[in-house]
Parts: sequence; structure tokens; C-alpha cells
Amino acid sequence: MTRVYVPRDAAALALGADAVVVALETEAAVRGLDLEIVRNGSRGMIWLEPLVEVETAAGRVAYGPVGAADVPGLLDAGLLDGGDHALGHGPTEEIPFLARQTRLTFARCGVTDPLSLADYEAHGGLQGLRAAIAMAPADVVQAVTDSGLRGRGGAGFPTGIKWRTVLETSADRKYIVCNADEGDSGTFADRMIMEGDPFVLIEGMAISGLAVEATKGFIYVRSEYPHAIEALESAIATANAHGILGPDVLGSGRAFDLEVRVGAGAYVCGEETSLLNSLEGKRGIVRSKPPLPAHEGLFGKPTVVNNVISLASVPVILAAGPAAYQEYGVGRSRGTIPIQLAGNVRHGGLFEAAFGMTLGELVDDVCGGTASGRPVKAVQVGGPLGAYFPRALFDTPFDYEAFAAKDGLIGHAGVTVFDDTADMLSQARFAFEFCAVESCGKCTPCRIGSTRGVETIEKIRRGEDVPAQIELIEDLCETMKYGSLCALGGFTPYPVMSVLNHFRDEVVSAPQETPAR
Amino acid sequence: MTDEQTESETHRRATEIATGLAHLEGPLLPILHAVQHEFGCVPEDAIRAIAKVLNLGRAEVHGTMTFYPDYRAEPGGAHTLKLCRAEACQSMGGDALADEARRILGIDFHETTADGALTLEPVYCLGLCACAPAAMLDHEVHGRVTAETIGRIAEGVGA
Repeated sequence: MTRVYVPRDAAALALGADAVVVALETEAAVRGLDLEIVRNGSRGMIWLEPLVEVETAAGRVAYGPVGAADVPGLLDAGLLDGGDHALGHGPTEEIPFLARQTRLTFARCGVTDPLSLADYEAHGGLQGLRAAIAMAPADVVQAVTDSGLRGRGGAGFPTGIKWRTVLETSADRKYIVCNADEGDSGTFADRMIMEGDPFVLIEGMAISGLAVEATKGFIYVRSEYPHAIEALESAIATANAHGILGPDVLGSGRAFDLEVRVGAGAYVCGEETSLLNSLEGKRGIVRSKPPLPAHEGLFGKPTVVNNVISLASVPVILAAGPAAYQEYGVGRSRGTIPIQLAGNVRHGGLFEAAFGMTLGELVDDVCGGTASGRPVKAVQVGGPLGAYFPRALFDTPFDYEAFAAKDGLIGHAGVTVFDDTADMLSQARFAFEFCAVESCGKCTPCRIGSTRGVETIEKIRRGEDVPAQIELIEDLCETMKYGSLCALGGFTPYPVMSVLNHFRDEVVSAPQETPAR
Repeated sequence: MTDEQTESETHRRATEIATGLAHLEGPLLPILHAVQHEFGCVPEDAIRAIAKVLNLGRAEVHGTMTFYPDYRAEPGGAHTLKLCRAEACQSMGGDALADEARRILGIDFHETTADGALTLEPVYCLGLCACAPAAMLDHEVHGRVTAETIGRIAEGVGA
């Protein structure tokens, strides 16, 4: 029997993976071929999806992008033996995009059957949890601190420090909350790991539970991710059935239960305090801090709130040791970061690498430029609240501090590429517009300032006293930055100001050009 | 007793759903999801029922329900097409595609086709940013969406 892999990842499905499976099954029946189709996660090379892999004596061989109509021809060319074909890429692991990565968090994603616990264990799964069970809670927290892991959701707060605060706060009940409300455009790492290796998130949360003495965890997933929700529900049921979750985690005598909760379309619920309100069944309004969620979080109890990638990086830290993890990276940005290359890119997808690669290497070398073939004009890093970087800043290394020094942020490490047809004034307008749509309404600068921002940019578009409007926007951005409780109002100035600073000529001359919308 | 007798079928069924989920920690969002799954929206009668089961004010349930874009007060079309309007999709011509979609379907965002087959909604990111522009028909995802894709989808649902 030959094993053939066709991803179940939403991006592969969006590009026709299910039709490829049907074609393979149909042709196999007609030709009397003995094949087993495994629905794996995505390897992250989205331009090659659906990426079909065949297990051969010499390892896995890749073909892509495969359409249903290509299947008969591929089988004629000897697909099941790794035969040559125009869509062939040779051994999967040797494809340059994959070969130059350092896959720690995403080590199994795309390799295994995401819903098979046996496959998970065969590829190093549960080693971290077993190691954590043998350690005292404070030692687990220390290991995470020593690894240098910082919040991968965007804030970059040291994960170990957060955990220690929760461990040291005594309470009758504590919670682990996983923030899987990945709403930033240009990001899909959370989705990919939840669909492609859900057990690693479950393991990371169980370790976190043991470390801070919490007995209950919630994964708050956005409703836009139905496939991730399905994968998590299935993996949690399996984990419960095998004693990885429940009253006695792997025979440790300690309990940890996990529940998936589905969001309802509010971007602001990706902010940790509004997420907590949403979990409690309230409007997703931002809370002021203090009290920190680590002291008074969900239902007023000490709560760890971590992003998916932060928690999914914990098992490898415990399994391989914090020293091995923190050897990667630069400065205060330790370990690896799953970078998402998106938008107008030739080779887009997920690229996990040690911190420190420059933006230029990522965009020009790894992505191979734009999908349209036109020159790159701007790159937005960090989602809708991230700055637009021009080519002049392409020497910026991927590192929390280096991006902050250039008035940007790496956020959730989404990199969205725009070609020279992009209208930067429209992008600045969109930043305000998005903030106006998604503001929870608590802080005046965010609730009202965003709408005033849209209006002011429209005045620039109409050429009404442009220098005065620019001055107004600068002042407004200052007010939003310092007068908002959370990053939505506080960071909307980043994309806006980056357009004013780096694309000023275009802004000033905008009135003479045709409006984009 | 008279209250019970005048209760609508919606109220009765919503009470049943809310009672079944009331044991959850923070049960309101799961209940609202389940009610919307049942009725295609969260009707006023259901809000009353949920408030009663959870011992909350009706305004509180209404306030929560209206905060979240996913919950609807009125039923939408038989199918919902969510078209991504966020930056990664913009970089691949998402704005022009949105105009095309409005033209092909003959409706604006948040509207439903006259035959009730399809509701068009904007969405800010589906996590399909490396195969933009992206769309989702109910739970079926589509990447590198073109005007032809929209046409095929409309035809497929009879819109």
C-alpha cells in the first residue's frame, strides 16, 4: 500500500484539495491501485497547494499545485513511485522554502495526520508534558522563563514572567486561556497549527496548567475558522479518551480540562481583557489594567492568557530544554518565529525561522517578490495595526526591538506585501476605517477619533488644505496612541503615521490622482 | 401558568436550549450561537427566554447579542457569502473584486438577494492570506477568488 498525503488545511481546501482526493480515490478504484490517503496539515507552501506528497522508499516526494484534472496524468507518470512530472518538486524536505527553515513549533505540521495521537507521539509528541509532570511547577515556569519565550500574539511579554505571577497568586481556581482569535490580516499561523497539529496546543496548555496550578483551560477561537474548531474538538475528545486531559493528566494525579469556545466576529476580542469579558458572556469591552489578568482574570480568578503560538511552543521547550530553544534568535528575541508571508507574494506561506532575518531577505529571497511580478512598494508587518515599511527599511531584522526602533511592530508576524499599484492614502484611510468598525467603544479617542481620521483623510483626498489636515492627523494619532486602553486605538496610528512618514510625497500629491474607491 | 400558555414556540425552544447549556461557565455566547443555529437568527422572544433562564436583564442579553457581528436579529439568506475586505486581500485586488461581487449579485454588503438565496457579508480576514482574495460560502472556503468564482457560487446556490 502506498501512502499519499493531501492536506486538510483550510488554504489547501480553498484551492481544491477535496476535489483532488475524490479524483485520486476514483482513479485508484478504476486502476485497482492500493493507496491510503492521509489528510495532513499544510507544509506551509501555499503557492504549491494542494501539495500532494507520496511516501516512497527514498522519503516523501512532493507534487503541486495539483488540480483534480492533473491526477490521471500524475498516475500515468508514476506518481505512486515518485515519478517525474512537470508538477514534481522532488523530496519535500529539500524544497528550498522548507529546507532553509528552522521548524520547532511547526515541526510536525504537514508531516503527520493531525488527528492521530499515535502519529503525534511517534513524532516526539507528549515528551514535553511528561517532562513537566516530573518537575515542580516553579521549575516548569523557570524553564519557560529561561527559554526567553515572549508572547507571540504581538505584545512580546515574557511568557515565564506571566506564568510566575499566576503561580504565585493563590486562589481556589485558576484558568489558562488560549487566545485563538487570530484576526489580523496577513496572519494564519494559529489557524495552521490548530488544523495541522492540534495536539501540540493541547499539550502546551496542559503544561501551562500544571505549571501555574490551573485546572481549567479555554481555547477562544474565532468563528471564521470552522476547520480549526473541528480539528480542536476532535483532538480534545481523543486527548480526554487517552487521559492526556481530565481528572488525572497522564497519571500525574493532577487535573486539567479543556473547552473550545467560539467567538462571534468581533476583532477586538483578540485583546486579552475583552476576550475575557466575551468568555464570561459579556460584551467584548476592554477592561482597564490593573488588575492584570494574571491576578484577576477570568471570573476574577488568576488567569494565564497566551496566544496559540506561545502555548504551542512550550512542548518543544520542555522536551528539548530551554537552552536549546534560546540558542536561536538575536538580542532579546529568542527562539523561532513562524512568519506568515502573505498578500501579493510569489511564494507565500508559513516560514518558521530564528529571529534575525531581515525584512528584505524575507520579501525578496524567500517570497521571490510579488505575485503580480511588479515591484514591491510597501510591506505591512504585524496586521492592521502594523506599520507600512518601504524598501528603504528592508534592512530591519525580524526582532521585537528592531521593529519598535523603526516605529513598527512585528505583532503576530504577518507580512503583507503590496506592489506599486497600492494607493497608500487608501491604506491609511482603511486603518482608521477598520478601527472605527471594530472599536469596542470604551475609549473616546478610538471610538470617535477613528471616524474623524477617515473624514480628515477624505479631505486630503479632496485637496482641502492638505498641510493642515496632515497636522491634524498627526495630533489625532498622538491622542489615540496615548488615550486608548488597548492596542486597537493605541496602535492604529502605526499604519497611518507610517504612510505619512514614508510615503509623504504620495499623500501630498494624492488629490491630483484618481481615488481608489 | 397563563404566561406559560401564551409562550411562543420560539420562547419554548430557546428556553430548552438555554437550560441545556446553562451549566457552562459563561454560558451566554454558547447559548446565543446555539439559538442562532436553530433559528437562523436570535429572535426577540429568544432573548426574553435566555434572560429568564440565566436570571439576567433582557437589556443585558440584547446588549451582548448586538455587540457581536455574527448574531443577527432577522434571518439572512439560505446561504451566506463572506468576502474578505482586509489588507492581504486588498493587495491582490480585493476592493475591485468586492465591486464585482456587488454587481454580479445585485446587492450590497449586509444585503440578501431578492430570492432569499444568498446574503453577502464583509469579513476581516479568513486566514487565507497567502491565496488572496479569499471568501467563505457558509463553511466552504475559496482562495484566489475571481469574478468567475463569485458567478459560479451564485449559480450554485441559485441566487
